[in-house]
Amino acid sequence: MPSISNARNSGPARVTGAVRVALIGCNHRTAPLELRERVAFSNEQALDAAAELKRRGIVEEAVVVSTCNRSELYGVPGDANDSVTDAMEDFLTAFHRIPRTELEGRTYRWMGTDAIRHLFRVASGLDSMLLGEAEILGQIRTAYGRALEHGATGPILNRAFQGALEVGKRVRAETEVGARPMSVSLAGVKLAERVFGSLKGRSALILGAGEVAEQVVEHLRNRGIESLRVVNRSFERAKNLAERMGGEAITWDSLEKALATPDIIVTSVGEVGEVLTREKLVRAIEARDGRPIFVVDLGVPRNVAPDAAGLYNLYLYNIDDLGEIVEQNRRARESEIPRAEAIISEHVAKFEAWRTALESSSVVDDLRGRFRKERELLLREHLDAAQGVSPEERQRILNITEELIERVLSEPDARLRHGRGMRGRLGAIDALRHVFGIEKQSGGDEEPE
Amino acid sequence: MLNHWTYLALALYAASFLCYLRVLYVPHLWLGRLATLLLAGGILLHYYALLERSHGLHTVPYDDLYGSMSLFAWLLGITYLGLEILHRQRSVGAFVTLLLVVWIAVVSWLAPSQMPPTPAARGPLFAFHITLNIWAYAAFALSFVLSVIYLLQDRVLRSHRPGAAFWRFPALDVLDRMSRSSVYVGLGALAFGVVSGLIWEHRLTGAYAWGDPKVVVTLLIVAAYVIYLVLSRSAGWRGARAARICALNFAIVLFSYTIVNLYLTAFHRYF
Repeated sequence: MPSISNARNSGPARVTGAVRVALIGCNHRTAPLELRERVAFSNEQALDAAAELKRRGIVEEAVVVSTCNRSELYGVPGDANDSVTDAMEDFLTAFHRIPRTELEGRTYRWMGTDAIRHLFRVASGLDSMLLGEAEILGQIRTAYGRALEHGATGPILNRAFQGALEVGKRVRAETEVGARPMSVSLAGVKLAERVFGSLKGRSALILGAGEVAEQVVEHLRNRGIESLRVVNRSFERAKNLAERMGGEAITWDSLEKALATPDIIVTSVGEVGEVLTREKLVRAIEARDGRPIFVVDLGVPRNVAPDAAGLYNLYLYNIDDLGEIVEQNRRARESEIPRAEAIISEHVAKFEAWRTALESSSVVDDLRGRFRKERELLLREHLDAAQGVSPEERQRILNITEELIERVLSEPDARLRHGRGMRGRLGAIDALRHVFGIEKQSGGDEEPE
Repeated sequence: MLNHWTYLALALYAASFLCYLRVLYVPHLWLGRLATLLLAGGILLHYYALLERSHGLHTVPYDDLYGSMSLFAWLLGITYLGLEILHRQRSVGAFVTLLLVVWIAVVSWLAPSQMPPTPAARGPLFAFHITLNIWAYAAFALSFVLSVIYLLQDRVLRSHRPGAAFWRFPALDVLDRMSRSSVYVGLGALAFGVVSGLIWEHRLTGAYAWGDPKVVVTLLIVAAYVIYLVLSRSAGWRGARAARICALNFAIVLFSYTIVNLYLTAFHRYF
């Protein structure tokens, strides 16, 4: 079974004709949620669609990437003309049974380098709704991995998606695009990590059951928090949240007693104002033998007395503090976009260099096949009519003409491989294909018997 | 007189500092590993620098200010490297390697043009005594650096204005543990160093110089750091207050290493 790691090393690629990746898709910028829902693919549908695109001959390789914010079809057409994206769009609308008019102006189409750049930007999180978000890289890895496993990909998309995964990793490792928390809930948890380090084995107390508090709890759970207690004025609501999050519900009356245990306190009790006074928190710190407490106050009005912020070993952040940090982080991420784009450009250039080399080798192979075919026809025409040509003499003629073909091809081969500028080389490849009529080769034309 | 090993070590420490600094802002696993490797390489070359000097002096290079300070920097590097591996935490590296680079640059400036005369032979136990004490000072210097970072980090957390590097800095809890580990190393080295010194002195004179200012100040250092260790786990003191005490304790170490050595003790004056 092929794997992502060895797909790149699966031998030299052999392609016929010009190599171009085609893309059609829609995302959160071009289509409303209602439309995105209708063109989304489940995992199975994505595989079916890729297989169907190939079966119908629209493309020779296909990968379907579908997340909550985007649905994209990537393909490598056998015949690289721009109409392939029309065929892909027809397929998309037919697959989801949507009138084509509904997608008009809602999709984007890219070919060749633009499609590759788009894929790399998506993998880097630059095209995401939340700039630099990490999930998209995993989603691309999954979509590609499944397509690879089911034989929907080929050398071109393997290379393109391997490159995308590499770019995504590099951008996150070498820039701040994916660093720093971008949501209030995550900022709260990350700040707690600045105090305690790993949150494994730590304990938390949740006051109230607000939406952001739930998100904080989820982040805490993901970080291996050991003990989670929930307290709410309504014990039933506390119990519900505790059950959902795998914690323990406690009654409102036992709140003060419970304050002695947690390292992290998250409050989001609506409309009741101060729940945790300075005095209560002083007693809590004393009961904890002076160990630090990190308090996230998400309540409006605030649930924690503001003057508690001055307490020794107590770190208090309210919703505005966290909001300001998120805003600061957003600006920091945006300022990193040029560096991320530079990394993307570097990898796009690498891909293009590889593509050019592939096409050079492919066009020379096609020419060689063409010359050999013509030679075979000529030999049949002239030698079969002539009498007295022994097999040895025939073989000698074959050897001489083979050497002639290689001599004729050596110059264009060298020029295509080492010529100046990628654009010039690609232009020469296109010209050669056009002049010799080898835009589209069929497999049977390659080698004469 | 500087040897080429010192220059090479300085170059590796500087390269390591640049890598650690880069990793602070842009996380990069391999760059972080490279920083550690460069530091380890610097320590190795620094060892050869000290070894070459030792061959010239026929003893550990503690007898002149340059040799002693160079040995201090080398032991500081080793202690940090050990703590980095133990606590799996690289974000302090930039501060420690910067200290190493500045320290060695200053020390190099102080280096005499001629190799000092070979000191009187005092035996391996004496060399052991001096080396362990310098190691203790280096470990205390490291705990000072860690405590200062703790105080800075605590201030940023309280100001609610975290900057770019804030998210890369070690957590307060990690800094606290690293600082305590460093003090444990320092106290251990100091204890063995003092005992070996007392044994050496008793063998030589048949008595103990308890009244020597260096001995008094060393015992004061031991007391100060033991108090820090106790308070760092006590209610009302753990955290920033303990870090402040640890940072202040280093003033006594500096006093012992400079003023006491240079002016107050005849018995412990080497340069």
